Amino acid sequence: MYLYGLTLNNTTGINQAIRGNFSGTKQQEIIVARQTRLELLKPDPSTGKLHTILSHECFGLIRSIAPFRLTGASKDLLILGSDSGRIVILEYNPTKNTFDKLQQETYGKTGSRRIVPGQYLAADPKGRAVMIGAIEKQKLVYVLNRDSAANLTISSPLEAHRTNTIHHHIVGLDVGFDNPIFACLEVDYTDADQDPTGDAFRDVEKVLTYYELDLGLNHVVRKWSEPVERTANLLVPVPGGTDGPSGVLVCSENLITYKHQDMPDLRLPIIRRAQPLEDAKRGLIISTSTVHKMKINKKTQFFFLLQSEAGDIYKVTMDHADGVVNNMTLKYFDTVPVAASLCILKSGFLFAANEFSNHQLYSIENLGDDDEEELTAVDFMEAEEEQGETPLVYFTPRALKNLALVDELESLSPFMASQVHNLADEEAPRIYGICGTGARASFRIMNQGLEVSELAVSELPGNPSAVWTTKLRTDDAYQSYIVVSFTNATLILSIGETVEEVSDTGFMTNTPTLAVQQLGEDALVQVYAKGVRHIFADKRVSEWRAPGSLAIVQAATNNRQVIVALSNGELVYFELDNMGQLNEHSEHKQMSTFVTSLALGDVPEGRTRFPHVAVGCDDQTVRILNLDPEHCLEPLSMQALQGMPCSLTILEMFDTGAVRGHGTLYLHIGMTNGVYMRTALDIVTGQLSESRTRFLGPRPIKLFKLTIHGQPALLLLTSKPWLSYTFQNRLNLTPLSYESLEYGSSFVSEQCAEGMVAVTGNTLRILMVEKLGNTFNQVTIPLKYTPRQFALHQPTSTFVVVESDHATYSASEKASELSVKAAEGLEVDEDMMALDPQQVGHIRHKKNKWASCIRLIEPFTGQTLQELELDENEAAFSVAAVQFVNNPHANDPYEQFIVVGTGQDVQLQPSKCKSGYIRLYRPLLGDDQRVQLELIHKTAVDEVPLALAAFHGRLLAGVGKHVRIYDVGRKKMLRKCESRPLPTKVRSLQTLGDRIVIGDVQESVHYARYHRNDNTLAIFADDTTPRYLTATTIVDYDTVACGDKFGNLSVSRLEKKVSDEVDDDTTGNRIHFEKPYLNGAPNKLQTLCNYFTGDIITSLHRTTLVVGGREVILATSLLGSISMYVPFVAKEDVEFFQNLEMHMRTEAPPLAGRDHLSYRGYYAPVKNVIDGDLCEQFNTLPAEKRRMVAEELDRSVGEVQKKIEDMRVRSGY
Amino acid sequence: MEANNMNSQLEHLQSKYAGTGHADTTKYDWMTNIQRDSLASMVSHNSLLSYIAVAENESKARVRANLLEKMVLPCGLPPERKEY
Repeated sequence: MYLYGLTLNNTTGINQAIRGNFSGTKQQEIIVARQTRLELLKPDPSTGKLHTILSHECFGLIRSIAPFRLTGASKDLLILGSDSGRIVILEYNPTKNTFDKLQQETYGKTGSRRIVPGQYLAADPKGRAVMIGAIEKQKLVYVLNRDSAANLTISSPLEAHRTNTIHHHIVGLDVGFDNPIFACLEVDYTDADQDPTGDAFRDVEKVLTYYELDLGLNHVVRKWSEPVERTANLLVPVPGGTDGPSGVLVCSENLITYKHQDMPDLRLPIIRRAQPLEDAKRGLIISTSTVHKMKINKKTQFFFLLQSEAGDIYKVTMDHADGVVNNMTLKYFDTVPVAASLCILKSGFLFAANEFSNHQLYSIENLGDDDEEELTAVDFMEAEEEQGETPLVYFTPRALKNLALVDELESLSPFMASQVHNLADEEAPRIYGICGTGARASFRIMNQGLEVSELAVSELPGNPSAVWTTKLRTDDAYQSYIVVSFTNATLILSIGETVEEVSDTGFMTNTPTLAVQQLGEDALVQVYAKGVRHIFADKRVSEWRAPGSLAIVQAATNNRQVIVALSNGELVYFELDNMGQLNEHSEHKQMSTFVTSLALGDVPEGRTRFPHVAVGCDDQTVRILNLDPEHCLEPLSMQALQGMPCSLTILEMFDTGAVRGHGTLYLHIGMTNGVYMRTALDIVTGQLSESRTRFLGPRPIKLFKLTIHGQPALLLLTSKPWLSYTFQNRLNLTPLSYESLEYGSSFVSEQCAEGMVAVTGNTLRILMVEKLGNTFNQVTIPLKYTPRQFALHQPTSTFVVVESDHATYSASEKASELSVKAAEGLEVDEDMMALDPQQVGHIRHKKNKWASCIRLIEPFTGQTLQELELDENEAAFSVAAVQFVNNPHANDPYEQFIVVGTGQDVQLQPSKCKSGYIRLYRPLLGDDQRVQLELIHKTAVDEVPLALAAFHGRLLAGVGKHVRIYDVGRKKMLRKCESRPLPTKVRSLQTLGDRIVIGDVQESVHYARYHRNDNTLAIFADDTTPRYLTATTIVDYDTVACGDKFGNLSVSRLEKKVSDEVDDDTTGNRIHFEKPYLNGAPNKLQTLCNYFTGDIITSLHRTTLVVGGREVILATSLLGSISMYVPFVAKEDVEFFQNLEMHMRTEAPPLAGRDHLSYRGYYAPVKNVIDGDLCEQFNTLPAEKRRMVAEELDRSVGEVQKKIEDMRVRSGY
Repeated sequence: MEANNMNSQLEHLQSKYAGTGHADTTKYDWMTNIQRDSLASMVSHNSLLSYIAVAENESKARVRANLLEKMVLPCGLPPERKEY
């Protein structure tokens, strides 16, 4: 079996975000590392939207990124620390929209290892050196410089190693132009390892060490070292040189300390929420920080924003003079979700790349300069001295005051589980997923499509058949008229603050219109059934009338040309002359058949005409005719089609280059049978080549030109609207998440720069597509706690989600504790308790305390029908819908019950619980006809059931090490059968017939068979590789696909012979008495495929994604990526893609410096899986490289591209 | 190869790569080494770190700090050295 792996949705979680001027302009950009991907985001300061400019797959785990700027340069470069054992310096190239590799230096082994640097990156603020550190021992310093040609040079590494030392954080100190200094938070464990008494361990110190790079001697020395708090976890460099005092803030539990060599310490507390239920013993740490510098009166001022692990942001300022810090102040700023990185932009925005769930962009409304109480270091240190211990300081959290949310980037991370269903009988199934943690968790429904925002909907007096927009002059920035055509009239609307009807425009209004076009410099043309009306700027009109009884049936126009087809198949061609008159070409061209569509391209810059016209004929052909005056209307080429062409458009798409004239000119053909065809048109010869077809929907396709993000795009209207656009040099064809439309046109006005106007029914709509590049449009339903599993109750089409949160106050416990506190006389601040948990999070409890609920969701309206909160520290972990054969509680034998697996007093480490439970619920229609769950009974079991499944009218449950079959009883679930124990713990159960595939948390899959006759479960085969399973799916009767905790996808198969033997063994004696082999089951699985995906796989499904598509394996990962694995059908295809992959590896080596083959074979050598993402990078190669690779493969570039595109389009999106 | 040379090569390896074993590696040494490797792997693989953070309902910064802290003495106190 060979698989072709493709990413459908990129990783949405962000490891780290940095800001900088990466394109070298004044505007700041953000670069984010999304696990294996680098993305450049650009905030639009006027709208406050974040746009993805570039997203590049690096085929390596990105561990750290840092911006740096060479002294005197105006452009920031990017340093990458990854698992490649190499340091890589990248530059963003704004013209080509790529990351260019400037330097790559190898320093160690590959992989994210303990002593191989890559985890920490610290750049000198003046861009003279960079330190790259490992978790333990190794630190390397590279000196960066420029050669005579102003190219970046990098020195050989200088070592600053220290054995037996664990690094907690490394930062580059701001020292102005003195020798660069790096500050490092270290712990030396040499003595603790040797001393059995434990004294040495108690005395272990965490030290802050300065490493100085002596630029003169080219040598790194330990300059200064001082012990800090044992709990310190983060360093924040303080601006230095001319800007500030230099030094670092050392953040530790409950304390922020300013430290610098030869300077006195200053301490500030990390203030805590005045939360009545808070645990004062639990220290609070700072999780992330950012510093903002600004020039005020030619003096640099700066402040820090530090975010605590609870999400509260504090603003810290410094009072300093002559390099000495006199005082520091700390003030509560606002509370937002916990971020992995914060970036303040000069344009007044704060980007929060959140650890989990959606990332947010806030506008900073206020710098927190109002006179709210603030704490000073001097006061705090005085109080500390008086009390002899560190006092705890409290504040009251509040709703956002200084920040205002302006934009969100969708993030599925952590993507806990997914399912694929087609509940509403639509064309394609939807993906249902549970994402997020705690109060920000959500249930998401994803379907393929771009999000469309609706700007206006207005009703019209009848059902319009067509709509156009037009400018008045060719150099107008905005359009002035909307022309709406009805069956017997035409309506002209003017675009302004409001859209109003106008008269005296020169248009014929008592007849339907066929085309409207702005002509020449300042004229307009209207084509209607009986003629062509040329309207001059001074409202003079010149008209051409169709001869005799003939009518115009089709028309195509551009700024200088008009061509119309008459009802007898004649073509009449007009061209604008230098006097601004529309001249009819002397001869009419008689086509042999009826003309169904016409198209002209835009006039190329500096030319007088577009050289060809495309004519769609009803003999299922498209003909290209010459428009050159010498050979006017002579045929050039012809293309046979699969259907009748009903709409044609000639449009240049920038899929090969971003400059006008360097794209590809395409003839787009929409056919009556719903097939869309795109074929390249040679502008010189008029020849057609490289055609691609795709079925879009059962209705005739209409095509319209649009502009999106400054680039030409095509709107395709059939049973649903589609959009063809270029994004990062790739041509995409994506449906829009909007109802079906009748007719469309582009819309450019002051209010809406790049919209479209469309008609459907009797309404006129103005729409806009804002964010390109998203594959899915999402509906989000909020949840309360971290979702664990969900199940579909088929008969009612409702979802049951089980949610549970560790160390959280459940609603009942919170109420009872609060009443205890109230009885003690503590006043509870109602405002604070009423704050939205989505902002401030749930109240933290002690370890091993759980909050949990079972939720019933109606997916069509997105309503929560019921929320059952569990109490007595019970937490739910698994759920399944089961139809029991013998069910004393059911009225109807087909009734499906819901089974929930829970645990009481669950402890995480070491894993144990007081008791597990199997709860049985019955979905019933409540009084208001809403589905409600009714608890039938709960059965105690010895451990938490983590896997539940329906099995032949009974319940199959994985409880601890055992797989059991339960039947439903009157008072309890009845245990009917039990397997022999598995090595560790049952994680997943999949069934097919009598066969059960059991996934173990550490020991891969086990195949078991259920024998009905003697009611036994016997494990007859297992795997030879220990896999820490997270997800499994049955691919066929003998084959299973698994995902593990380290990011591997594997496919294993049982030998056919063994499989048959097991099935033929009716008595089951053979399996029971067969000798175990290699300390396990008698038979072993064989590995068919192996592939490292880069992220933990959380669910796997065998499914089809598109109508008529092939079945694929769909995988979702923890950090939010969705990918599919397409099985190959033909051997030739496998060979082709293997060759292509091989060439791609050499021609486009991964950006992070990781070897592609070794990355995909991270834990086990990659086997039988071809990396489609790498193959798709073929399209981003420079043209000559593309040609070279295609030649090596004995194909043309177009053929290679077509094969790559087919792999994606045939089975997915 | 001379025994002396071998030894010096081994010493070089041991000094260069933390955790390289030698004839007298005890069970405790071996275990702490393995544990430190595992903990470092959890810290440096973002998805593993996120996985633990979701399970424990802690922030990633806290999990990272906890794991790094655990690296100091991952297997408890070392056993008394026996004198032979």
